[in-house]
Amino acid sequence: MTFSMDAFAAAIDLAAVLLLALGIKGLSKVSSARGANALAALAMGLAVVGLLIQIRPDPIAWLWIAAGSAAGGLAGLVTARRVPMTAMPETVALFNGCGGMASLLVAMGVALFDAGESDIVALVSIAVSVFVGAITFSGSIVAMAKLQGWLDTPGWTQSHLRHGVNISLAVLCLVSAVLLPGDPSGLPLWLLMGGSTLLGIGVTLPIGGADMPVVISLLNSYSGVAAAAAGFVVGSQLLIVAGAMVGAAGLILTQVMCTAMNRSLVSVLFGGALGASAGAVGGGGSEAGYTRITSCSAEECAMALEQAERVVFVPGYGLAVAQAQHSLRELSKLLESHGVEVSYAIHPVAGRMPGHMNVLLAEADVPYEQMLEMDLVNPEFPRTDVVIVLGANDVVNPQAKNDPTSPLYGMPVLEVDQARQVFVVKRSLGAGYAGINNALFEMPQTAMVFGDAKAVLNGLLSELRSMGVGKVKVTA
Amino acid sequence: MSVLTQSLWVLLLGSLLGLELIGKVPPTLHTPLMSGANAISGITVLASLTLIQQAGDNTALLVIGALSLGFALYNVIGGFLVTDRMLAMFRRKGDSR
Repeated sequence: MTFSMDAFAAAIDLAAVLLLALGIKGLSKVSSARGANALAALAMGLAVVGLLIQIRPDPIAWLWIAAGSAAGGLAGLVTARRVPMTAMPETVALFNGCGGMASLLVAMGVALFDAGESDIVALVSIAVSVFVGAITFSGSIVAMAKLQGWLDTPGWTQSHLRHGVNISLAVLCLVSAVLLPGDPSGLPLWLLMGGSTLLGIGVTLPIGGADMPVVISLLNSYSGVAAAAAGFVVGSQLLIVAGAMVGAAGLILTQVMCTAMNRSLVSVLFGGALGASAGAVGGGGSEAGYTRITSCSAEECAMALEQAERVVFVPGYGLAVAQAQHSLRELSKLLESHGVEVSYAIHPVAGRMPGHMNVLLAEADVPYEQMLEMDLVNPEFPRTDVVIVLGANDVVNPQAKNDPTSPLYGMPVLEVDQARQVFVVKRSLGAGYAGINNALFEMPQTAMVFGDAKAVLNGLLSELRSMGVGKVKVTA
Repeated sequence: MSVLTQSLWVLLLGSLLGLELIGKVPPTLHTPLMSGANAISGITVLASLTLIQQAGDNTALLVIGALSLGFALYNVIGGFLVTDRMLAMFRRKGDSR
């Protein structure tokens, strides 16, 4: 009887692992992603049912399980429904922090109350779980607060002193972890928890907003490690394998993002905020830096669009802030009905995290085939008639290719300067994230259209309509 | 093979599998993939459930277990739903809603 029960549970575990792996695999293809996500959710449900069959909770346990599930599940449901797509980075950070908190709580619970625990493997797992769980939690919450705009990057965090502070915290954690086996539920445990929490804050706080996506991705990988460590604590191989998969996959994703931003992981983690240092070194960023700016009205821009055969839009986060994706989609539909070939050039870090702009455009009904990634769209610019840059700045700066003295030098950019005509829609001549001037703005084929992205797009729409674009042509 | 050795093997193979699964990802899917992987890391629910079961009549431990279950499930349910919400918006040209 016990054997068959165990065998049954083992079979369910195996099925869950298989479905999880298929789910992660499927998530990396657009056509299969939605089904894969559902598959992973199913796998998770299966794993929970399998475990419940195995442990057969008593009535009191059921009560507490029901309470915890109701609270967490309901909160998750509400958050997932309500959160706007623009707030996706901080939402992922928040979810991630809660995952870390869960691992931390499990390890603390076992350490504090499972007094008979003397197995060295269990104690090491507890130490790892507390350490990684606490860092994931505090780091994710700081990341969320910064992305929400609740926290700035304080100037004092940019001093080299922070490395000293963080190293001392790391040493404190290491010492308490070593002391832990001697006194599993005493002072070392609390020191380890406090030290790791502070370390998570100390490492995340100095990192600027532009690098936050990399941090979230890395913390996401940590939460996988935290889950695997919790697996060692409670002796669940399913947890170990799932946590390891997420941890490794998260590392790869982090690497992909770093490559896209031309930043090394080391410089993101220890280099401080890009904006803060570049501002000091470059010294640019003031409007006085520009001398040959051409500006034009929406009407002139509309006339260029009306005559174009091929138009590429370059959306940046400014577009999403202005909530202008829908106006943009309307404009491109109008141009398409006029026979213009329209596409969208998406820089790997457009939006607030890699892939975020694609989600925002998808929300506005843009088909994903029209969203072209950098490597595909760059060769197309020379045969593009009109490029419209909306709320993007550093990612179209040609200095990243041409000017070895620029702080942006080496960053892969969209080569919009190759197009015949470029319009840049911008509120003002303020500097981008990196705080440096953009040589594109002063090029002869570039004209600036000053204004809020949504207002300008709506202006273009009405100009084009008044020119008769989009009306059914009556042919004789 | 001891339980520890076995667990370490599981850890190793799981990590290799994870590295292998995410070889190429189109940039379009970076955000949904991150949020989906994040939901999966909420698998700590299993540890929370085990903790509650082992708590017996220790109320403090039951509270900690239920709290951690709540946090983990928030991660799981919220993560999967928000990923689904994002992926539901991706469509091909000509698809109708």
